[in-house]
Amino acid sequence: MKTIILRTASDFLLPVLLLFSLFILLRGHYLPGGGFIGGLVAAIAFVLDAFANGLKNTKTLLKIHPGFLMPVGLSLAFVSAVTPLFFDLPLMTGLWASEPIPVIGNLGSALFFDTGVYLVVIGASLTIIFTISEAA
Amino acid sequence: MIIPIFVTTIFKSMLLSILAGLFVAVGLIFIGKFIKNKWAAVSLTALPLGLFIYFLNYIPQIASGEIIYQKISWIPSFGVDLSFQLDGLSLLFSLMITGVGTLVFAYTSAYLKGHEYLDRFYAYLSMFMAAMLGLVLSDNLISLFVFWELTSISSFYLIGFNNTSEASRKSALTALGITGIGGLFLLAGALLLGSITDSYSIAEMLQNKDFLLQHEFYILAVIFIFGAAFTKSAQFPFHFWLPGAMKAPTPVSTYLHSATMVKAGIYLLLRFSPILGSTEFWNTTLILVGAVTMLYSAFHLLFRTDLKGILAYSTIAALGILVFLIGLGTQEAIIAALVFIVVHALYKASLFLITGIIDHETGTRDITKLAGLRKVLMPVAIAGFIAALISGGVPPSIGFVGKDLIYEATLGMPTNAILLTVIAIVTNILLFYAGFVAGVKPFTGKLPETYEKVHLPSWLMWFPPLLMVSAGMVFGIFPQLLESAFVGPATSSLVNDSEGFHLKLWHGFNTILGLSAITLVVGLLLYFILKPTHRLENFINKLEVISPKSILFFLTNGFEDFSKGWTNFFQNGYLRHYIATIVGFLVVALAFIIFSNFDLSLDVSSFSELTTYEIAIAIMMIGAVIFTVFTNSRLAAVASMGVVGFAFCLLFLFYSAPDLAMTQFSVDTLTVILFVLVLYRLPKYLHLSKNVLRLEHGILSLAFGSLITILVLKVLQEDQNSEITNFYAENSYLLAKGKNVVNVILVDFRGVDTLVEISVLIVAALGVFSLLKLRLKTRDKK
Repeated sequence: MKTIILRTASDFLLPVLLLFSLFILLRGHYLPGGGFIGGLVAAIAFVLDAFANGLKNTKTLLKIHPGFLMPVGLSLAFVSAVTPLFFDLPLMTGLWASEPIPVIGNLGSALFFDTGVYLVVIGASLTIIFTISEAA
Repeated sequence: MIIPIFVTTIFKSMLLSILAGLFVAVGLIFIGKFIKNKWAAVSLTALPLGLFIYFLNYIPQIASGEIIYQKISWIPSFGVDLSFQLDGLSLLFSLMITGVGTLVFAYTSAYLKGHEYLDRFYAYLSMFMAAMLGLVLSDNLISLFVFWELTSISSFYLIGFNNTSEASRKSALTALGITGIGGLFLLAGALLLGSITDSYSIAEMLQNKDFLLQHEFYILAVIFIFGAAFTKSAQFPFHFWLPGAMKAPTPVSTYLHSATMVKAGIYLLLRFSPILGSTEFWNTTLILVGAVTMLYSAFHLLFRTDLKGILAYSTIAALGILVFLIGLGTQEAIIAALVFIVVHALYKASLFLITGIIDHETGTRDITKLAGLRKVLMPVAIAGFIAALISGGVPPSIGFVGKDLIYEATLGMPTNAILLTVIAIVTNILLFYAGFVAGVKPFTGKLPETYEKVHLPSWLMWFPPLLMVSAGMVFGIFPQLLESAFVGPATSSLVNDSEGFHLKLWHGFNTILGLSAITLVVGLLLYFILKPTHRLENFINKLEVISPKSILFFLTNGFEDFSKGWTNFFQNGYLRHYIATIVGFLVVALAFIIFSNFDLSLDVSSFSELTTYEIAIAIMMIGAVIFTVFTNSRLAAVASMGVVGFAFCLLFLFYSAPDLAMTQFSVDTLTVILFVLVLYRLPKYLHLSKNVLRLEHGILSLAFGSLITILVLKVLQEDQNSEITNFYAENSYLLAKGKNVVNVILVDFRGVDTLVEISVLIVAALGVFSLLKLRLKTRDKK
């Protein structure tokens, strides 16, 4: 499927889609979106790139194996879940910074949790797809 | 901060003494390779030795009548706590566990010197010791159950330690099966007792004793406790796992299958005898089972030629005596049982260790081949001789005191005293024989030439048995020592009035002395007349067909065949068959529920009107489905299924669920991609499945689809409880500062669910990765 149109388009689509997935991740708390959808969108972005430019190129682009995102994401989610325990609060209590931060807005532990979900989803779906397409 | 408080509670408690073994076991995973060095292995002995000294320190406190009680809340909502109680009985067992443990740990360092898996062995032993300590210290029945199971599991690992031998693996599995069934009995008993008395604490059950004895489920509770105790302590007809367990290395046989683990059942019976005991049912059953066990196995040992086999059967007989004594239930009998527990641990553990040395040095345990070893293994011969004296109850050993107490207990019974005494005497005679065969016979007579080069092993091996039998002699000469430190406090925790009874070596000339003399003389005669031969062993093996073991194996094999057939029928390896089975089952279950009370009345007027979009989408979906069913290309089928998925996304969008629509859209895209990746390489449809099968699947799908439709319509009919929806809608901003309720539920209200879900996702990805990559690698090798 190495058509020139798809290849050229995907060069532009990849960064845009990734940015879009981040956007979906960040807006999730107020508007439709969130870590799960964001992760899927990002995964689709990479898969599209793999279709256009070949799996090898995508892998070099990624630098690390997508599988490594899974433990990183899980630890991030886990840490943000257990952090409240150290403040004598029940597991998974949302912690919020007192002042909003420019661009991102109100910063809370939920964002870290959602980022963890985002990373795990990217890692898991890419691992599955890459492995299967290599094996097939 | 929660953590510091938690940590200090742990450090103050007995929990640490239990956890120590588990910590060592876990630590050995990392530092295991360093203990291959002999002295490093010996240093592990510090663990049981330290614990032994720790428990010794409690003797004065416990002897003065104090009971130490510690409680850490674990799952308070279910009444499950980590509560520990150290009274006389627990202390006696704890000292036995750590004391014998110390000697076995030291012995192992020489016995398995340089073994490839020495670190594993020590890890299992430490784990077992921890579990056993937990068992005897627990006051909460549920935590007692947990430790009980842990002992079975560590025993499984230790019996199967030589995992290359099929016999070992089979014995390990048998032992795990039998003791595992017992564990289930214990759990059932614990739950029943807990529901009757409204508490899992054994101490509180004692308070409710009268209520328990009157309760309609009393008999059932006792049966459950018996089931647990009889399987663990190898009572007839569950005894056969114990001789099989002798496949384990000798230190294991010594520690688990003679001195400690098999006594866990005895411990349970002793612990519960003040609570459930003193009824007709309790006493008669125990006496009966104990008597059958002790006679059956005592006669069996006459036909054995393997030293460990003889010791295994004599251990079962000893356990039978203990059950029998607990069944008698009088104060004398309980004291006799407690003394006999100590006596048995001392001599039986020694005999096992001695057998281990003989096996280690000569390479055989066949009693018909062994003789004259005293010339080469002098200290071992001394230990063996003293052990035989204790086992036979020859004065002035502690065995004599123990045997006298047994006769005193049986003679003191108001009914059937003569019969009970005769049973006890016969068993004791046979045990006398067993002790002499194992402890004396290998060392007397003429040394065969083949064994002339045998040399004495490291002192780490012969010193432990010598130490134990010396203790047996010292206790025999000064029985007050044993009484004040161990047996006295243990008795007072079981019997209300234990005053006015003292252990003595010499009671003067009376009936009991006469009976002891008979035991000794007949036992000695038996030893000199009867020589163990293979002919006798072969004879008894022919009767094996009707033994409980064969019957049980017949049943388990039948069950295995049945399961095989069942599995092969339902799991025949075809994916379509699996899916058809699952869907078929769902159809039957759903149809049953829906049609068993069918009252579907639709209020069509409440439905919103169909829009053009919806009709268009419906036509699209139906068209795609029909195309999927009739197409001849896999890729086209997958793509048209994708169309159905995207049509759903549109529906979600129309009904204002953008989150769902987006997720469905991305998931569908990825699914189609996955399918394409896999199917791309496959050849085109070579032939379609048979028409009959297609028809069958078609009917199944239609039935499933219609039932789901009915189900959905029925849901509309129900009153919708909007309380939960309202809660989320109202609180998502107040409590979690989010306006997108769906996402707030995902990351906050039900965040733990999400955490588990992403873990599952990772497991799935790892599964795909390892399955396919492993396959790739093996293919590469070819």
